[in-house]
Amino acid sequence: MILVERLSHQYGSRRALSDVSFEVQAGEIFGLLGPNGGGKSTLFRILSTMMTPTGGRAEVAGHDVSRDPAAVRRKIGVVFQTQSLDKALTVAENLRAQGHLHGLSGPKLRERVEQVTQRLGLAGRNKDLVETLSGGLKRRVEIAKGLLHRPVVLLMDEASTGLDPGARRELWQYVEELRSREGVTILLTTHILDEADRCDRLALLHQGRVVAQGAPADLRSRIGGDVVVLEATGAAALSRQIETRFGVKASAMNNVLRVEIANGHRFITEVVEAFPGAIQSVGLHKPTLEDVFVKETGASIE
Amino acid sequence: MSNSLETRPAASGFWLPVVTLWQRELVRFWRQKSRVLGVVASPLVFWLLIGYGSGDLARFFAGALVLTVLFSAIFSTISIIEDRREGFLLSMLVSPAPRISLVFGKILGAATLAWIQGLIFLAFAPLAGVSLTAAELLELIGAVFLVSFTLTGLGFAIAWRMDSTSGFHAIMNLLLVPMWMVSGSLFPMATAHGWIKALMWVNPLTYSISLLNGFMNLGSGSPGIGLSLAVTACFGGVLLLASGLVASRKSLVSHA
Repeated sequence: MILVERLSHQYGSRRALSDVSFEVQAGEIFGLLGPNGGGKSTLFRILSTMMTPTGGRAEVAGHDVSRDPAAVRRKIGVVFQTQSLDKALTVAENLRAQGHLHGLSGPKLRERVEQVTQRLGLAGRNKDLVETLSGGLKRRVEIAKGLLHRPVVLLMDEASTGLDPGARRELWQYVEELRSREGVTILLTTHILDEADRCDRLALLHQGRVVAQGAPADLRSRIGGDVVVLEATGAAALSRQIETRFGVKASAMNNVLRVEIANGHRFITEVVEAFPGAIQSVGLHKPTLEDVFVKETGASIE
Repeated sequence: MSNSLETRPAASGFWLPVVTLWQRELVRFWRQKSRVLGVVASPLVFWLLIGYGSGDLARFFAGALVLTVLFSAIFSTISIIEDRREGFLLSMLVSPAPRISLVFGKILGAATLAWIQGLIFLAFAPLAGVSLTAAELLELIGAVFLVSFTLTGLGFAIAWRMDSTSGFHAIMNLLLVPMWMVSGSLFPMATAHGWIKALMWVNPLTYSISLLNGFMNLGSGSPGIGLSLAVTACFGGVLLLASGLVASRKSLVSHA
């Protein structure tokens, strides 16, 4: 449903995307995970036809985004990170205007507005001015706007920004429902790990490149066993000592050491005994997407 | 492409966005009625001060009227800059509505607001000694709309590619206000000297002023009313085209 092939983009001399390729199947929830400035927003702008890439190509719903943006625009719904609502208008007025832009009018438009507001729990809010709504409600109106014309592909840019955990949960329930009930393909950008974990598949973006892609569980399973995190002031020196002594790879970042290892609990007792006083704190966890990201890039997502 | 029929916009595909954008401008305006005061008040004060000061209210009436329209046009089009970065314009840009109808709808809406505010200002015309027959009044109302449309088009063409509102303010102070000053609003072309006079001849706003003066039976009648009408209409058409062109440029986001 979405095909991205060797896509590159350059802002003047700054390279924002290089050689990005991935494919999204129909009915998938696909996430672009990465830190801010990793290239997610650029990719989002290209896929939503706001910008033409300087190299490579991208197809959405069978249409090339640069050669046939009009056809792409008919198939996509877009939820922006920033607000795209007119605050001086009511919820219904915003939705009606959106419908008109998509060529909907009359009874058909009324029906759609009613359906989509009901679906998103906005039914009683139709006559409210957007500026009087809470952040969570505004987001819902944004989503309603993106869905009004029944797109086959929904593109969401950091859609849960500014939402409290409750509202975020609701948003995800809705996203998953949308996919399972209506088969909408969803591509979203995020820097939130929980969110990325709920996607069917992910591409990890770092400095404009895809550093890893796959299902969250598969990505995590690239890391064998456990992740042990040690905090120590001389992290770099300690990492060399640990590597020679235990024959494992210990990557140091600031004052934090990460070690991927099976049976982490055993390693912890050994390492603490081996270097008494050198370690300030110790932690053990199952691999997260953050660990995958660190492993692939040496940098953190946050 | 396989669905070329589907991708060709029907007539409603053109007009529906135009109407909805036009309507949006009016509804917003109606909900922020205090805007009228901001736009009409300062030209009114300028007019009264200069007019009473120089003892000639009629002389500066058309200039102040154009200033009202210009302020309104600037006020409306400056919102494009913010609106495109984060606002309603974003979703317009990723909608299948043809660019030209978005441009036309926005300009038409903003021009209507400028026109309404121009008409409010026009209510003070009797103070300037203007007296018109009903038919003349209708012509004048039409002329105010034409000027409104033209100035809004000018604002749009400038604002679209701008990344910041402060850039627009700079252009306003360095281009739009001087343009207004040498349009016959403050001093007539007949008494202007040397290169200023040449500047007035090439300044499209000169023709807006003399068009309005002509329809109000005020002023010198140079340039003539026919020429003024033709130049103003052409200028408006060119600006609409220019706006359509800048807005259909492919890359819509210039910043990183």
